[in-house]
Amino acid sequence: MGNRTLLKALCGTVAACLMSFIGVGMSHADEVTKVGFVYVGPVGDHGWTFRHDAGRKAVEAEFGDKVKTTYVESVNEGADAERVIRKLASSGHDLVFTTSFGFMNATAKVAKQFPKVKFEHATGYKRADNLSTYAARFYEGRAVIGNIAGHLTKTGIVGYVGSFPIPEVVRGINAFTIAMRKVNPNAVVKVVWVNSWYDPGTEGDAAKALIDQGADIIAQHTDSPAPLQVAEQRGVHGFGQASDMSAFAPKAQLTAIVDNWDSYYRDRTRAVMDGTWKSTDTWGGIASGMVEIAPYGDAVPDDVRADADAVAKAISTGELHPFQGPIVNQAGETVVPEGTTLSDEELLGMNWYVEGVQGELPK
Amino acid sequence: MNFDLYLPTLLTIITAATPLVFAAMGELVTEKSGVLNLGVEGMMLTGAVTGFAAVVVTDSAILGCLAAMAAGMLTALIFAFLVLGLQASQVATGLALTLFGIGLSALLGQDMVGIAYAGLPKLQLPIVSDLPVLGPLLFHHDALVYLSFVLPAAVAWFLYRTRAGLILRAVGDSHDAAHAIGYPVIAIRYMATLFGGAMSGLAGAYLSLSYSTMWVENMSAGRGWIALALVVFATWRPWRVMFGAYLFGGITILQLYAQAFGIAVPSQFMTMLPYLATIVVLVVISRDESRIRQNAPACIGKPFHPSA
Amino acid sequence: MLRLEARAEPSRAMIYLSPVFALGLTLVAGVVLFEIMGVPAGDALYAFFIEPLSSLYGLTELGVKATPLILIGVALAIGFRANVWNIGAEGQLTLGAIFGGGVGLLLYDVDSKWVLPAMLLAAMLGGMLWAAIPAFLRTRFNTSEILVSLMLTYVATLLLSYLVHGPWRDPDGFNFPESRMFHDAASLPIIFPDSRLHIGFALALFVVVAAWFVISRTLIGFQIQVIGRAPRAGAYAGFSHKKLIWMTLLFAGAAAGLAGVIEVSGPIGQLLPSISPGYGFTAIIVAFVGRLHPVGVLLASLLMALSYLGGENAQISLNLPLAVTGVFQGLLLFMLLACDVLIRYRIRIGPIVSKIDAGNTA
Repeated sequence: MGNRTLLKALCGTVAACLMSFIGVGMSHADEVTKVGFVYVGPVGDHGWTFRHDAGRKAVEAEFGDKVKTTYVESVNEGADAERVIRKLASSGHDLVFTTSFGFMNATAKVAKQFPKVKFEHATGYKRADNLSTYAARFYEGRAVIGNIAGHLTKTGIVGYVGSFPIPEVVRGINAFTIAMRKVNPNAVVKVVWVNSWYDPGTEGDAAKALIDQGADIIAQHTDSPAPLQVAEQRGVHGFGQASDMSAFAPKAQLTAIVDNWDSYYRDRTRAVMDGTWKSTDTWGGIASGMVEIAPYGDAVPDDVRADADAVAKAISTGELHPFQGPIVNQAGETVVPEGTTLSDEELLGMNWYVEGVQGELPK
Repeated sequence: MNFDLYLPTLLTIITAATPLVFAAMGELVTEKSGVLNLGVEGMMLTGAVTGFAAVVVTDSAILGCLAAMAAGMLTALIFAFLVLGLQASQVATGLALTLFGIGLSALLGQDMVGIAYAGLPKLQLPIVSDLPVLGPLLFHHDALVYLSFVLPAAVAWFLYRTRAGLILRAVGDSHDAAHAIGYPVIAIRYMATLFGGAMSGLAGAYLSLSYSTMWVENMSAGRGWIALALVVFATWRPWRVMFGAYLFGGITILQLYAQAFGIAVPSQFMTMLPYLATIVVLVVISRDESRIRQNAPACIGKPFHPSA
Repeated sequence: MLRLEARAEPSRAMIYLSPVFALGLTLVAGVVLFEIMGVPAGDALYAFFIEPLSSLYGLTELGVKATPLILIGVALAIGFRANVWNIGAEGQLTLGAIFGGGVGLLLYDVDSKWVLPAMLLAAMLGGMLWAAIPAFLRTRFNTSEILVSLMLTYVATLLLSYLVHGPWRDPDGFNFPESRMFHDAASLPIIFPDSRLHIGFALALFVVVAAWFVISRTLIGFQIQVIGRAPRAGAYAGFSHKKLIWMTLLFAGAAAGLAGVIEVSGPIGQLLPSISPGYGFTAIIVAFVGRLHPVGVLLASLLMALSYLGGENAQISLNLPLAVTGVFQGLLLFMLLACDVLIRYRIRIGPIVSKIDAGNTA
């Protein structure tokens, strides 16, 4: 008896749903440009994905109802990626950004199947007529904060919380170390890997381990503000990652390297609207605005600010390259002679440490 | 390692172990009553976000902790209703609770990302906080850490020294016998499950209010699973839970320190150490089968219906 | 209050009707949830349950997504029937990917039809090796397989991470953490043109049939049933629990290993640091939602896979955050698990204290 009532209610619900489906369909007007984003993490990570999502919002703010943006978050880099990208491409999206290295092959594959849709893959190296790549030269920002660290470390030991030993992170460590030792030739960098992009507890513990072993400045290449918070509690200093994290560490944050995808995403969306979109390889640094240096904290004295500003300016004008010779590796060999700089290709696959980084790079 | 390093290293280990102690101790009581709740991770996250939100809104650390416990209990109540009220599979329901909790916490926390909180206040105790070595090591913490120090004692006392604890264990060991004697099996299991939820919620509060004082999605990063493993590791004994949490937390922290020293081992292998060590120690301590039998709740995971 | 009244015997009708009720209740709960989120419930339910199935490509993707869940879920179900708590299938899957993918990389220059079988075989061995550790420790040292298998999952993930960050990196890949792409000889054949539906799906269906046969038609299946329900009775009958622990764990290891290599040689096409979004854990739920029956597991896997595809759709077509999908999936599973109560019990509305409990005090 009770079962039958339930059954009736159920049929009613199903019928009601089916009715409402009839109204659903592919009803997007053609003048609206649809832009899709594929994220590797949750938008609430306050790190990498959070900043890409800020870029997506900037696109919405700029173009209003002329665009419709879509995102899919926490997409696994395995088998799921291709389906999600394909789904975006097949559901009327004109432009699709895939924002993690692990999406590269899936993006390339789908791009081949959908020649009319434009694709943009972050931090990879495979391109096609309808597939661009883009990345930021975060190492330029790392050179600026390395300069500040060199000026301000008293112990001569700087701690660096790393995620995974990939070229992107190694490049950052090296740029930081080179810039630091230019102003403080005896300072060294200690690296601890947490094997995660994103585990606040362990990131914080790694910072504690580094501080306990003499580090008085903490740099990080993981996503959460936890290492910076530890620096705040321990009365040492650190740098924010991906966004300005001064709210989490008002005293400790010296500055932060801010990922800013806003203008790139706006420009590329506009290019699709204008019909001027072309496949490109963008690697933007400080000059392009992709890499921003957050306002300095109170702990950075005026002369250091001036010097850091000078480094940033020299890099953005091209006067200074963070990987300008002479560069000496850990073994003491000069690998980049004076007068030359590392090429972008060499930077892309960097897997060795410069002098001044302690520990061995896992091979 | 030079001597100056011992103290800070130990302090770091304490903070790393504390959330594990809470969650595992709660799960231990739940399991002792014969209920296996694999949803610890979900309850922890729900507790973490609720506690954080409560602190942001009310600016009261106590309310934050209470709210986290209440949130943990509410999610545990869903679980308890399904497995105790409706006899659903405990293993599957617990895992579903994890999925649910990860989603729910992310949903609740949408507006909490990016907000900073200074952290639970450290409580200095009279006299003992001024002791050399022991003072800074044991008595310069926030209230939750002190609570984690006494929790194993309290749980051990409850389980083995009180009548209520005896009944709870009886229910977990033989629900049919306990029912025949006249104990309300289901009600007791409800309470034990809710206690587990409260402790998981508190573990979450420790994560978001003390360990890393912020809310970010999925911030427990698998600690709920470790807590579950620790209960098995401890062969259902409270002090061993504490030992397990400190062993696991300790090796996690020591490998970070070792890395900072520049040990030339790939970091992935260093990160494996706490998992491997837990297995090895468990192998050593679980060889005596009779002792495990004594402590393992015989009815764990099995459904109970009075008429069955 | 709700009160349960045991049926004299399980209801045949409810075996089939309870999932229907569960879906009905999920729809109702979904309507509430989506209305709270400010999304038209009809659109959301359409995105979750209908849209993924509305195209041929969607159907093939359902098969791709469900394959690892079916393989692992069926194998775990057999173990759970024998009270063997292997919750580390995720690690066994990873080892399968490492062994199978490793053979694929080793035979990178070999273009032979034997490459793929060798990979599948190696993957099963890898999974079995990883499952043999908890089996050995459980049978020799009485160590809980729950803890060992779970901990080994983390170890396996880190091992894979080490390999793709280090020795197995693509030599032409700028030191990025990924292996070379597998050649055709090391890739699973596609069984449906222009899709990703691979032969692994057929393998999974075969495993379903084989598992059903083993459970219901062989002595081993009978032993599993007996030991699972009444370990003492099994012991009296001369059944060896140790042997069953070994067999169920090794079978689960082989199946999970197979799932791992199917992922890497099928839809992924290379080794990456993360190859599974937790299939080994999801398969545990799937096993129980499928009531530990191979066909049930098959259906539960398809439903679970559908909810993942639906979640992606809901994000794309409705901008519904992933968090809502998690909550909705949780609700769906709660309902499915809860409604199974109807098979063995009738629900009565009445006072909470039954006549048996009346008058008892703590």
